[in-house]
Amino acid sequence: MLRFLIRRLIVAILVVATVLTLVFVLTRLSGDLAISIAGPGATQLDIDTVRKAYGLDRPVLTQFFDWVGRAATGDLGESFFFKARVSSLIAERMPVTLTLGFTGLAIALVVSLPLGILAAVRENTGFDRFVQVVALLGQAMPSFWLGLLLMITLGLKLGWLPISGTGSWEYYVMPGIVLAFSAIPALTRLTRAGMIQAMSSDYIRTARAKGLSRASILLKHALRNAAIPVVAIAAVQLGFMLGGSIVIEQVFAMHGVGFLAWESISKNDFPVVQAVVLVLAVIYVVLTMLADLMNAVLDPRLRGA
Amino acid sequence: MSVVNTVAVTAGPRRGWKSASTWIGAVIVGIAVVCAVFAPLLVPHDPFAQDLGKRLLVPFWMEGTDPAHMLGTDQLGRDYLSRLIWGCRISIFIGVTVTIVSALIGISLGVLGGFMGGWIDDIVLFAVTTRLSIPVVLVALAVVGLLGSSLNLLVITLGLLLWDRFAVVARSTTMQVRNLDFVAAAWCAGCSRFHILAREVLPNIASHLVVVATLEVALAILLEAALSFLGLGVPPPLPSWGLMIAEAKDYMFFSPWVIVIPGVALFLLVLGINLLGDGLRDQFGASTDR
Repeated sequence: MLRFLIRRLIVAILVVATVLTLVFVLTRLSGDLAISIAGPGATQLDIDTVRKAYGLDRPVLTQFFDWVGRAATGDLGESFFFKARVSSLIAERMPVTLTLGFTGLAIALVVSLPLGILAAVRENTGFDRFVQVVALLGQAMPSFWLGLLLMITLGLKLGWLPISGTGSWEYYVMPGIVLAFSAIPALTRLTRAGMIQAMSSDYIRTARAKGLSRASILLKHALRNAAIPVVAIAAVQLGFMLGGSIVIEQVFAMHGVGFLAWESISKNDFPVVQAVVLVLAVIYVVLTMLADLMNAVLDPRLRGA
Repeated sequence: MSVVNTVAVTAGPRRGWKSASTWIGAVIVGIAVVCAVFAPLLVPHDPFAQDLGKRLLVPFWMEGTDPAHMLGTDQLGRDYLSRLIWGCRISIFIGVTVTIVSALIGISLGVLGGFMGGWIDDIVLFAVTTRLSIPVVLVALAVVGLLGSSLNLLVITLGLLLWDRFAVVARSTTMQVRNLDFVAAAWCAGCSRFHILAREVLPNIASHLVVVATLEVALAILLEAALSFLGLGVPPPLPSWGLMIAEAKDYMFFSPWVIVIPGVALFLLVLGINLLGDGLRDQFGASTDR
């Protein structure tokens, strides 16, 4: 178990280091940063001042190691546009994105677990096919468009929910539904497949032979085993959701990390952009690592891998 | 990485080409491809021609429609049907080209890792893990935002970001094929490594890769629409469906059809591609079982 843990940790650190490098290369692709920071109409003197002030006159490798060294200690630099520490900017906006992500995940689980279980129990019936159609439709739904449609129907026509912004919990319902849509197809299919596999296994036959009730077999025996991959994928999906929430935060004008990234991209504020990419990548790596560990705890057979 | 392989092949009564849903998908995709290829011949009006006297004309199912503009006009008086058809051309172009780029990268890496094994395989797996930890939408937005939006840049960026599923599937299927008898026979016959890869391995994993390709086309189309919607995808005045929705957003509360029409088109195209992909998966799955 310890060996597995250490191996997994080393891979995670290497992944983060690679992302760190890629992000640095990415932001240097755009040509001379000093010119874009100084803005239009800047004189050569302005540009030179900016270049010196932000340390852009140093060799690229020095800049790289400087950035890596600071990032490792949690110092992500200073925003050109907001004139504030990037780390505090992200910390300020993170609660909105995290709330949105967890709301989305909760809605997705509440919808897909029962759908997946029922579809598995009634395999190859009309209900099963209905669930598969729902999954297909969900997969094809463009999230930003669904968001706009909900704004028109639930927000304007029915007046049930606020249309955009952040505030009370009601503001998170519509974006949460939209975000959940991206995870529901995968989670439903996985729950269904896991339940079908579990239901055909020997220990379920034993449980049936013992005369246990149907509900007890389903929930206590089958679901517990089917849940292992679902929990792992749920963690991964949460990571994807946090990365994908940039679109939804923009649609609903929610000032989370995604919105911050979008603002910074349009303002050429590269310290913020590279920091957000890095932070999201680290969150994803941590989530997948937790999922792997959880799986290893639940299923000892996986520890050798 | 288990994300990809856990989609269960379900035992339904009718599957593959015997299933109606596969045909529905094929018909949708067929129509879209015809629209894309023959768009210059099919459009009733110039999709870029503005007519400010005819702004926001309503489509055919509403009162006061103009018969010359079946689906109405947008906020600049451009014919909506023509822009929709032209947008289909853009979607299909993006979907196909992005998939070609990502297939080249992903299949090369996957086959290499699966065939060679050892430390090469470790590197491939590491590359896939790293790729998955990078938030696609954000990085694509950042690249386009920093370098300026153009169709070519968009294709290359998305291609560089979407190869992971190709790599995973190519790797696992290559590993299965690698140890089969006919590959061993080819080794014994003295075939070169390249010959075995190109003539023995690739043809036998091709059907799986075609299924992945359909999924990737759908994903690329959805991503392009989202990026264009955020204003950092296809540059205006090109009528990408995502861009049409973004431009129409200011009018959607008064005339909802302006976002409904391009959205439905996008939804149907992606649905069609997915239906076709699922059908192909079942078709190939059934034939490789025996």
